[in-house]
Amino acid sequence: MGDGLMIQVENLTKRYAGHTAVTDVSFNVSRGEIVGLLGPNGAGKSTIMRILSCYMPASAGTVRVAEHDVFTEADEVRRRIGYMPENNPLHRDMRVREYLRFRGALKGLTRNRCRERAEIVMQQCGLAEVHRKIIGHLSKGYQQRVGLADALIHEPELIILDEPTIGLDPNQIRAVRQLIKDLGQKHTVLISTHILPEVEMTCNRVLILHQGRILAADTTENLQHLMSDRGQVIAEIAAPVAELKACWEQMPEIEHFDLAPVDGDYIRCSLTGQPGVDLRPQVFASVCAQGWQMRELTRSRHSLEDIFVRVTHGEKEEEAS
Amino acid sequence: MQVYWTLIRRELSSHFCSWTGYVVIACAAFLFGASFNNLIVALKAQATDRPVTELFYGTIYFWMIVLLAPPVITMRSFAMEKSSGTFETLMTAPVSDAQVVLAKFTGALIFYILLWLPSLGSLAVVRYYSRDTTLLDPATIGTTFLGVVLLGFLYMSMGCFASAMTRNQIIAAMVSIAGGAALFLMSFIAMVFSTQTGWEAQLLSHVGLIEHMKDFARGVIDTRPLVFYLSLTALFLFLTFKVIESRRWK
Repeated sequence: MGDGLMIQVENLTKRYAGHTAVTDVSFNVSRGEIVGLLGPNGAGKSTIMRILSCYMPASAGTVRVAEHDVFTEADEVRRRIGYMPENNPLHRDMRVREYLRFRGALKGLTRNRCRERAEIVMQQCGLAEVHRKIIGHLSKGYQQRVGLADALIHEPELIILDEPTIGLDPNQIRAVRQLIKDLGQKHTVLISTHILPEVEMTCNRVLILHQGRILAADTTENLQHLMSDRGQVIAEIAAPVAELKACWEQMPEIEHFDLAPVDGDYIRCSLTGQPGVDLRPQVFASVCAQGWQMRELTRSRHSLEDIFVRVTHGEKEEEAS
Repeated sequence: MQVYWTLIRRELSSHFCSWTGYVVIACAAFLFGASFNNLIVALKAQATDRPVTELFYGTIYFWMIVLLAPPVITMRSFAMEKSSGTFETLMTAPVSDAQVVLAKFTGALIFYILLWLPSLGSLAVVRYYSRDTTLLDPATIGTTFLGVVLLGFLYMSMGCFASAMTRNQIIAAMVSIAGGAALFLMSFIAMVFSTQTGWEAQLLSHVGLIEHMKDFARGVIDTRPLVFYLSLTALFLFLTFKVIESRRWK
């Protein structure tokens, strides 16, 4: 059992004084995967990462990284992980190269190896041109790369990044995402985020956390499918309201609709279909049949919020029944 | 061991790569100067048969350095790491809690010892101009320094403990100053009780820092203060270790 598994979490619970941050969470991560922990603030992402990186112990359950228990074999685990905490804390008074060598030495690299690795990770993270600068004087994007370089310096098997793109501008975010993708070729990566496109772009698999529980764990494709199967369709059509109403009421696939007048004769229709049905072709066909004018037909993008609403809603229904 | 030295180097560089280290050394040098001036004035006014080291180290300036420098040196050790978040990166590297505590303590102690080195220069000046080689014998200076270093052990460990308990450097410094001053003031209570023979007097006679320092400055090494300083240092370091470890209990 556990062959090829990088992370094994079983029934993990973490209680702080007064509240429970993580409740009975179980999941596995195989070697070579890039897995995203997705959830709003306070969902328990950072708590899980801190337990995985041996910063604090679990209240209950077992957590194993590369076959080593994080509580009893913390030293073995720490050697195997590169962890970048939330907000990327750094010694701001040190120079980039000096800092990376210091971190390398702390992580048990020999002097020569430290030098070698510092040069390699600086190349990898695009830090070569700022290696003599004081970290506190660098821009946020460069500081983030220093944090990443620190996580990579000892060639860890598992890289844990807590909100790696927070506070960066769009170009920097893109660069960091590309870097994470590249890392995924050699390492197992676990990242946490509350930004959905980030997960879509970088991860093979997603765990959705809410209030300390895992609500969904699936590959990104399946998740997107889950999101789109009851997709809402937005259509802006120039037609009399009464006729539009009658038309949508006739269509059995539409579960629910809303009409709102916009500028001119156009009416904005928000149509919610049954699970698994894409309404767009039918809407288009009926608009053509009636000879109305249509200027927009689009499937509304599901935000993270929608998924949460849906998944948490589902949970409540279960509880009620 | 490599980790231990790496951490000590980092501690020392954090003092010397910023202004704080130099400001502390400059303030201490100023107080030494004042102390030195006192000594010259006293020697000029009247001859004395007391050892010069005792005059030098029995002044109010000496105690100001002992009481104020350690809190300023140690206040950053844990509190700053905690407030900036680097404590998390430190404790998730493959280092043990004991290594971190000992390295922080050793780093602070080395800085404290470096702080006292300029005072040797003042003594050398006295020796040079007095042309009396018996005035300052190296052994007495050695024991005086031993006393200073032992005080450093105690106050540095106390400072580390205060710093480990909070993430606010000001609170760390205040707690450590208050604790240090309270211990120092015990000497005065001890003096009041010195004529009595009860258990209180006996107990207090063992915690009189001023008395201990006088002995060291005279060239006397008593094992009792030695045990006192080393055991209290061990206690505070143990408490610091427990505070650091306590994140695992929560």
